[in-house]
Amino acid sequence: MRCRRRPSHAAGGGVAVGALSLLVWKSHSESLDLLVEAAYFLGETGEGNVMVQTPEMPTKREDPLGLPVGLEEFRDGPPARVRLADGGTAWLVGGHAEARAVLADPRFSVDDSDPAFPKLLPVPAVKGALSFLRLDDPDHARMRKMLAAEFTVRRINQLKPSIEEAVDDLLDDMFAQGPPADLVADFALPLPSLVICLLLGIPYEDHDFFQRASLEFLNVEADPAIAVAAAERLYGYLTDLIAAKVAAPTDDLLGRVTAHVREGTLTEEELVLMARLLLIAGHETTANMLSLGTFTLLRTPDQLARLKADPSYAPAVTEELLRYLSIVHFGLARTAREPVEVGGVRVEAGDGLVVSLSAANRDPAHFEGDPETFDASRPPGHHVAFGFGMHTCIGAALARLEMNVALPRLFERAPGLALAVPAEEVVFRPEQFVYGVAALPVTW
Amino acid sequence: MVSVRADLAACRGAGQCVFTAPDMFDQDDADGTVVILPVEPDPDLAARAVRACPNGALALG
Repeated sequence: MRCRRRPSHAAGGGVAVGALSLLVWKSHSESLDLLVEAAYFLGETGEGNVMVQTPEMPTKREDPLGLPVGLEEFRDGPPARVRLADGGTAWLVGGHAEARAVLADPRFSVDDSDPAFPKLLPVPAVKGALSFLRLDDPDHARMRKMLAAEFTVRRINQLKPSIEEAVDDLLDDMFAQGPPADLVADFALPLPSLVICLLLGIPYEDHDFFQRASLEFLNVEADPAIAVAAAERLYGYLTDLIAAKVAAPTDDLLGRVTAHVREGTLTEEELVLMARLLLIAGHETTANMLSLGTFTLLRTPDQLARLKADPSYAPAVTEELLRYLSIVHFGLARTAREPVEVGGVRVEAGDGLVVSLSAANRDPAHFEGDPETFDASRPPGHHVAFGFGMHTCIGAALARLEMNVALPRLFERAPGLALAVPAEEVVFRPEQFVYGVAALPVTW
Repeated sequence: MVSVRADLAACRGAGQCVFTAPDMFDQDDADGTVVILPVEPDPDLAARAVRACPNGALALG
């Protein structure tokens, strides 16, 4: 058992300075430390009134693959209030056990049309706009049930030959044109794009359009109007595509799901929004896992050497990359529907929470060995890179399969693969909802 | 001998059990829910699968 430590700056928002002064006075032996910390988190509010400021949610990293600075305090302590980019506040939940407890508990809602829902994406919340990702049961259960059979491990594994072929075709093209090459543009992004198009039944010829729209949709720092416009362009495109599939069903995932539209259990608009969610989720996540995963392997030569020597190490590498990179890096938002105790803290009805997957996935109370290191030989834990509970990523088997095929094959075909620029020059994308790199220049 | 029980009402077809112990679990073709295969469960893998289930649909015993 590990002792849980309260973050030193988690005094809670809005506590008057008098109370804090008393606290500092009473703990005289630690008074200097506390005063320094307190001074850091206090802000002048004019007229000599000093209020405790709620700390910002840690998002800045020193090491591009390290935890955001300060996040470990929330992981090792109970949930504490943080300020989000839009000025709102939420409980930050960082412990592995607490993260799983919140994500599996139906007393927490994902409905982003609730004004209390923590805002992590720039798009204005419109109920249902992100389909079942932002719907609670029973709507969530109804829609997800329509897709469950399409995403079973066995059904997804049937895509393996197509994925192997796509991997080899993309690598053929990349090797024919370089070195150097941009691994993101030439491999990491087109692979999941091809695969999700194949699975859903969307013409890959249109990939420039929806790859760009997916990226714009998930950029949290961009002008919200850009994200909204991207969402609307995707909506228009998919409205036409779904109308055609409803009229003349095709033998692909979206074509098969149109049966529910004809039966009256799913509206055509719901299917368009479901398709948009699957298309966006299918692009950005796996693409960033492949590019960041390659970067991670290149800077961990012992792990890369083991993968090259033994391709059967790939599934362990994939799981460790999922844990270590936790690319949904801001975490998952929830709102409490009723008072709930989380990690010894009482969360009130209407309070927002952000569950940090990055922090939970490096919780030393759960993972064996040093969770800050990338080591696929560690005993497997239960990472939460795919979330947990009823909203667990429906595409987990697909993401795993793509990574298990693509990463060993990349290094088998190009054993000398290396960065074409110094590692410090690789541009990371902390402003994207899904963490990753803008480009990954490689040579071989 | 260890045995595994499934609560099909709680199962949402996430497939984490199949991923964890592919020789012990499968998913129903119609709705993705868990199918426990007729093999003697490996105790360690069974315990891992129970813990991996995101919907608390599996239990030992």
